[in-house]
Amino acid sequence: MSQKVLLASKEMNIILHRLACQLIENHNTFEDSVIIGIQPRGVFLANRIHKILREEYGISTIKMGQLDITFYRDDFRRSDKPLEANKTHIDFVVEDKRVIFIDDVLYTGRSIRAALTAVQSFGRPREIELLTLIDRRFSRHLPIQPDYNGRQVDAINEEKVKVNWKENEGEDAVYLISKV
Amino acid sequence: MNELSVKHLLGIKYLNKQDIDLIFQTADHFKEVINRPIKKVPSLRDITIANLFFENSTRTRLSFELAEKRLSADVVNFSAASSSVKKGETLIDTVNNILSMKVDMVVMRHPNPGAGIFLSKHVDASIINAGDGAHEHPTQALLDSYSIREKLGTVEGKKVVIVGDILHSRVALSNILALKLQGAQVKVCGPYTLLPKYISSLGVEVEPNLRKALEWCDVANMLRVQNERMDISYFPSTREYVQLFGLNKELLDSLGKKIVIMHPGPINRGVEITSDVADSDQAIILDQVQNGVAIRMAVIYLLASKIKQV
Repeated sequence: MSQKVLLASKEMNIILHRLACQLIENHNTFEDSVIIGIQPRGVFLANRIHKILREEYGISTIKMGQLDITFYRDDFRRSDKPLEANKTHIDFVVEDKRVIFIDDVLYTGRSIRAALTAVQSFGRPREIELLTLIDRRFSRHLPIQPDYNGRQVDAINEEKVKVNWKENEGEDAVYLISKV
Repeated sequence: MNELSVKHLLGIKYLNKQDIDLIFQTADHFKEVINRPIKKVPSLRDITIANLFFENSTRTRLSFELAEKRLSADVVNFSAASSSVKKGETLIDTVNNILSMKVDMVVMRHPNPGAGIFLSKHVDASIINAGDGAHEHPTQALLDSYSIREKLGTVEGKKVVIVGDILHSRVALSNILALKLQGAQVKVCGPYTLLPKYISSLGVEVEPNLRKALEWCDVANMLRVQNERMDISYFPSTREYVQLFGLNKELLDSLGKKIVIMHPGPINRGVEITSDVADSDQAIILDQVQNGVAIRMAVIYLLASKIKQV
């Protein structure tokens, strides 16, 4: 197994700030907008973006939630590994809101499809956008594309893209991991 | 661990502590789901479940049906009273006919102890025991323990007294097994005629005095007097039973501490407990009912995950 660094801490920081600025361009004061991190790994990215928006751009009223998609996935009973649920925490109404989904890696698009179904349990959003740190652009199974994108990565299916976060893994970095 | 050790839920005695922990963790997630504006998830949209009730039931049947529908399973209901069982059809024939209609899971209540075990040996579908005679009622015991955990933080180390008709109660047996497995201390209290002879072999003490039992416990689980299962008279009169084993507000208030009151329902108001006790803030009877749906969703979901897609 070998691994290659795709993004180091400094580059990740620049990208996170750029993504936050792109969100401000479209959502201004976030009056009608909410951000939702997709469990489990999208929550780390959502927290970072939320922190930048709050602390560096003074947007203090932005609402943030966490959405677990386990019970909405289309591979229940199809994968060998049992699915493990995570916590959903959305304490606001999404009805008629502009929702921004945040996930670390966009791969086949199936997680986002599940998230699109899951969020309907909380109301009917006015629109939904997608922000991802890594877009594995040639691996899509469904017609889903990000609206905000940190870095596009061309990786084959046998390779894995892993995003590490300082608060969880002790470092900010993105790796391309190959089995050979 | 995130998979059950069993293919069927036939009784608590077939589960281990990890299974119970997993069911509770999964139920926590489903409890959040059933408090959403839209209470349904699509997980089991390709699963068909048959509810076979060979014995009358209201809340268990509704609770299972609601749990199945909230998981998006297809549901077929069967009631012995209006079926070919009345024409002499055997259990195996009835079930095999239903399974021929491509049913993946069977939830069964039956008046005979061991009916679920018998069925699990003869059919491929996953079986959930929704009560078999006076034997076991595992989902009721799971929701009871879950409700104690929710109210008191943990089941381990808690003192629980089960009061009333232990002899005819599948709830009592399943509860004793589930509570002991989780490290609770259990006593039973009731007329000697309604205590099974094997009770001490379950590691349970008998306390014939209700006041002493209540002074000892953190939780009192008041069982229903099951007149329909009593072919002989087990106590002289209902009035005497109420005087010796009925819980009223005066007795509850005189304990000098707050205990948690449970009842699996349906309540004979004024017999096991008085109305003011059943409706007091110490009673968690309606919480038990709500938790029942979450627990049954968890059990069905976890068992369904073992039925692999072909």
